[in-house]
Amino acid sequence: MENEFTKTTSQITAADRWDTFQARVGINRSLHRVRPGLYALGSPTPDSPVFVTANYKLSFNALRASLAGVDGWILVLDTHGINVWCAAGKGTFGTNELVKRIESTGLKDIVKTRVLTLPQLGATGVMAHIVKKRTGFKVEYGPVRAEDLKEYLFNGQATAAMRKVRFNIKDRLTLIPVDIINYFLPTLLAALILYFLGGCFAVTAVVTSVLAAVVLFPILLPWLPFHDFSVKGYLLGFVVMLPFMVQSWTNSTGPLWSRILRLLPLALGYPVVTAFIALNFTGSSTFTSRTGVKKEIFAYIPVMGWFFGISVAITLGLAAWKALGG
Amino acid sequence: MFNSYTETTLQYDAELCINCDLCSIVCPHAVFTRGEKAAILANPLACMECGACMLNCPVRAIYVDAGVGCAAAMIKAALQGKKVEEGTCGCDDSSSACC
Repeated sequence: MENEFTKTTSQITAADRWDTFQARVGINRSLHRVRPGLYALGSPTPDSPVFVTANYKLSFNALRASLAGVDGWILVLDTHGINVWCAAGKGTFGTNELVKRIESTGLKDIVKTRVLTLPQLGATGVMAHIVKKRTGFKVEYGPVRAEDLKEYLFNGQATAAMRKVRFNIKDRLTLIPVDIINYFLPTLLAALILYFLGGCFAVTAVVTSVLAAVVLFPILLPWLPFHDFSVKGYLLGFVVMLPFMVQSWTNSTGPLWSRILRLLPLALGYPVVTAFIALNFTGSSTFTSRTGVKKEIFAYIPVMGWFFGISVAITLGLAAWKALGG
Repeated sequence: MFNSYTETTLQYDAELCINCDLCSIVCPHAVFTRGEKAAILANPLACMECGACMLNCPVRAIYVDAGVGCAAAMIKAALQGKKVEEGTCGCDDSSSACC
């Protein structure tokens, strides 16, 4: 037993903001960690409340910043630098780690209270009744978001709105920078290949398809028709390709069949890129079930494969035909 | 049409419920609501199968095949020759923006 704790404050410094910025754009993503253990926020007494969080710096910062003016204890679990909800889903923010951390910090001897306030989303990894049985501490689930914590403490309970996870425009916009960084290299590679096959036109088309998926899709998500992410993505991809189809049709010469064939990759292949990235956005969303996503994968991945394969075949065929002087 | 989200694995046995209210507290999508004598399964289709209700139900009145609804993780698992259900969210390596 350590029976030791570190002091902390509610202050968010410039260094903390720089850290948040880095995390949001995907720089050193795995390095935004806080040392697990017990922290004293302000000047807590043995009767002060105990809050539990993950050792992801952004989670820890959100908690302490939202508790400005409150004296309390913060028990940081070792979630390998992952936020509460994701870590709970993996079980690292879980019953065993919580029990272990209560014991290793000597919490029982430091505080008199036998209540722990956990973020609601931690419930995906924690069995409250087992924690009670093994440690004597009663787990109470606070609101989903740290920003509601003070109101929760004041009223002693969370409102229905505080209990609901959101995915509003601000939440969705936050995800865009890191996805731009993640898709940058694959897009560059695709653009390089396409440059040799279709020049600047093809490069612009693929960049447009990716940007539609990474930037427009998260923004427009609630308003795109149908439920399935793949279908929403395909339709969005098709719409952003319309100007390209018009241009291809008006500028292309040669026999009618070759002009029609040239449209097909723009109508099938490029929108499939948007659809695929959109399907992958299910993991970032806060509401898709595994059953549903599985059904989406089995329903649409084969179709995407066909659309993509047909487009590649046509593009290569037309390039070969052109090279042979057609 | 084009809605894959019309079923979930969530099962609830109201007979076993002791009305402790934990399921409606932990659910982030208000799938369960407080009832007179037992919790009410009010909105089953909003369930994202996170498993919080099942874990915190002290009498095992709830069952859900819990997992992460993340296509990237499932496709990755499939490519590695595993079952799609074995896909876990890849947020510990910096490979994806998932959750």
